[in-house]
Amino acid sequence: MGILEVKDVNKRFGGLQALGNVNLSVQENTVHAIIGPNGAGKSTLLNCLIGKLIPDTGSVMFDGQSVLGRLPYEINQMGISRVFQTPEIFGELNVMENMMISCFAKRDGAFRMQAMADMYREKEVVEKAEKMLEDMAMIDKRHDHTASMSRGDKRRLEIAMCLSQEPRLLLLDEPTAGMARADTNNTIDLLKQIKEDRDITIAIIEHDMHVVFSLAERITVLAQGTPLVEDTPDKIKGHPKVQEAYLGEAA
Amino acid sequence: MLGLNKKDFNLLMVVVGLSLFAPFILNIFPKDSAMAFFNGGYPDLMQRFAIFGIFAIGFNILFGLTGYLSFGHAAFLGVGSYAAVWMFKLLGYNVVPGLILSVIVAGLLSVVIGYVSLRRSGIYFSILTLAFAQMMYSIAYSDLFGRWLGITLTNGETGLQVYSNDPQILLGENSPIVPHIFGLEMNARLTLPIGPWEFVFPVGYYFSALFLVLAFYLSIRIFRSPFGLMLRAVKSNNQRMTYTGLNPRPYTLAAFIISGMYAGLAGGLLASMDPLAGAERMYWTESGAVVIMTILGGVGTLIGPVLGAGTIKYMENIISKMNEKLLHEWFGFLPDSLEYSIVWVASWFTGEGWHMTQGVVFMLVIIFLPGGLVEGGQRLAARFGAKSNDTGKTAQPAE
Repeated sequence: MGILEVKDVNKRFGGLQALGNVNLSVQENTVHAIIGPNGAGKSTLLNCLIGKLIPDTGSVMFDGQSVLGRLPYEINQMGISRVFQTPEIFGELNVMENMMISCFAKRDGAFRMQAMADMYREKEVVEKAEKMLEDMAMIDKRHDHTASMSRGDKRRLEIAMCLSQEPRLLLLDEPTAGMARADTNNTIDLLKQIKEDRDITIAIIEHDMHVVFSLAERITVLAQGTPLVEDTPDKIKGHPKVQEAYLGEAA
Repeated sequence: MLGLNKKDFNLLMVVVGLSLFAPFILNIFPKDSAMAFFNGGYPDLMQRFAIFGIFAIGFNILFGLTGYLSFGHAAFLGVGSYAAVWMFKLLGYNVVPGLILSVIVAGLLSVVIGYVSLRRSGIYFSILTLAFAQMMYSIAYSDLFGRWLGITLTNGETGLQVYSNDPQILLGENSPIVPHIFGLEMNARLTLPIGPWEFVFPVGYYFSALFLVLAFYLSIRIFRSPFGLMLRAVKSNNQRMTYTGLNPRPYTLAAFIISGMYAGLAGGLLASMDPLAGAERMYWTESGAVVIMTILGGVGTLIGPVLGAGTIKYMENIISKMNEKLLHEWFGFLPDSLEYSIVWVASWFTGEGWHMTQGVVFMLVIIFLPGGLVEGGQRLAARFGAKSNDTGKTAQPAE
C-alpha cells in the first residue's frame, strides 16, 4: 500500500473526459513524478487530491483514509501540502508573517481564537519560523515584503511554508514553470536537499524533463486523462508509448 | 507596557492625550472671537467624535484587516440604540445595563447577518449586508415585529423614547430622570473660563472617551495578535489560507461579530447621550458614512478610523452650520459684486451643501492620499525629516 492510493478516478467536465479510470499508487518516502502533454489531466488529478475538485467516481485514499468529501483545509491538516504553479503566498505581508501563518496553522489547527496575545511573543512559533527561514537561507529576507520578491524567492518561501507544516506528502505543481535556468537548478537542489533531510513523500507534476529526471524515482505518464505507463526514470526515457504521447504518431 | 510594544504604547498614549485634552484642543479660539465658530469643543460634538470613533475602529477590524466591506453596519448601530432605550424604559436611566444589552443584541444580530453574508465575498458580501441593513431599517420604521406581537417595539417613525408611564423598575425617588452613570448625569458638565476662553468638560463626553480608549486599546491588541494575523491572511490570499490548513470562515465571522459589537456599543452610547432611537440611524447612508470615515482616515491603520470619524463629524457639524447670512457677514468687507459671487459659490459647499465639501475632500484624499489621512501624516513627517512615524499601518490601502 502506498501512502497515496488513487483508484478508478473519473472526472468529466461536460463532454470532456478529463480523467478516465486513473489508478495511481505513490509509495512512502519516494519522489513520484506525473508527466504528460498539455491537457493530459495532470492538474485535474492534483486538484482531485486536495479537495479543490471532487471526482465523479473512484476513491482517493491518503494513509488509509479517504480524502473525498473533506474540505481543502481538512485535507491539508491530514498531512498533504501543495505548492502551486504560480506561487501562492500572502502577497501583502512580509516573509516572516507568511512563515508564521503556516506555523500557527500547524500548532493551532484550522481555527483558534487568540486575539489578545502578541504574535511575536509566541516563542515556539517565532523560533520555528526563524529556524525554517534559516534552513531555506531566507533569514536575511525576513522583513521583505513578498510582493517585491523574485519568482524563485516566492517559490522558496511557498515551499518553506509548506514544509513548516511538516506534511507527509508534498504536492508540487510545475514548481519551475516560468523560471530562469539558474532558478530552476536552485529549485532542484532545494528539493533534493529537502528529500535528504526529512521523511517526506513528494509528488511532482512537471513539464521540464530535466527537472523530472533529476528528481523522480518513479514516473507516471498521463495522456488524455489515462495513465499510459508507470516505471522508473530509466525505463520511461526509452519507452515507445511515451515518445508517441509526447511527439505524436509521426515520431 | 500593557502588553504593547513601545510604538503601539505611544500611539495609545496619543489617543489618551487627545481624548483627555479634547476640550482644550477643540476650543482653541476665544469664546467671543470671530473664529469661535470653528470651535468644535461643545459637548454634543465631542461625544459624537468619541462615539463614531468607536464605530469606525470596530468597522476597521472587519474591513481593514479582512478586506470584507460591510455596507450594513448601521444596522448594529441602530439595534444598539434600541436596546439601550429599552433598558431605560424597563429599568431606569442608568446607562450601564443599556450599554451591556446593546453590545449583546448587536453581537447576536451580527452572528445571524454575518453567518449568512459571509457565505459570499467581494461585492456580493457588500450587497448582502446592505440588503440586511435595509431590511432592518424597514422593519424598524414600520415596527413590523412590534405589530406582529401586538406591542410597541421600535415605535415606528416616531422613534423609541422613554415615557413617564414606563415601568423603569429601578427608578428610585431621587434618581435623575436623564441618562446617568450611577447617579452622575450624562449631560452634567464643568465649565472652566480662562480669560477670553471657555472650556467645557462634559461627563457624557469623558464617559464615551473612556470607551474610545478602551476600544482603541483592544483594537491594537487584535491587530498584533495571531488572530489579527489570520484576518490579514484572509484579505491577502484566501486560497493559500485554505491550503495551509486554515478555515477562513470562523475567522471572518469572529471579526464580523467583534465589529458588530463595537457598532452596538456606539449605538448604545448614542442613546445614552440622548435617550431616543429612530430607524434613520440604520439607514444606508449611515452605513456609508462609516465606510467613508474609515477610508478617509486610512483603512487598515490603527489610528486612521479615529481621525476619519473626527474629520467627518467636524465637517458635518461645523460646515453645515455655515448659512448664507453668516457668509455675508464674513465677506461683508468685500465690494458687493465680489461679496455676492463668493457667497454664491461658497453656499454650494456650506450649510445644506456640506455633503459637497465632504465629497470633494473624500475624492482629493482618495486620489492624492490613497492611504488616507494617516498617509498624509506620514508624508509630512518624511518631508520634515522626522523619524519615520509609522502609525500602526499594517496593510496596503484599499484600491
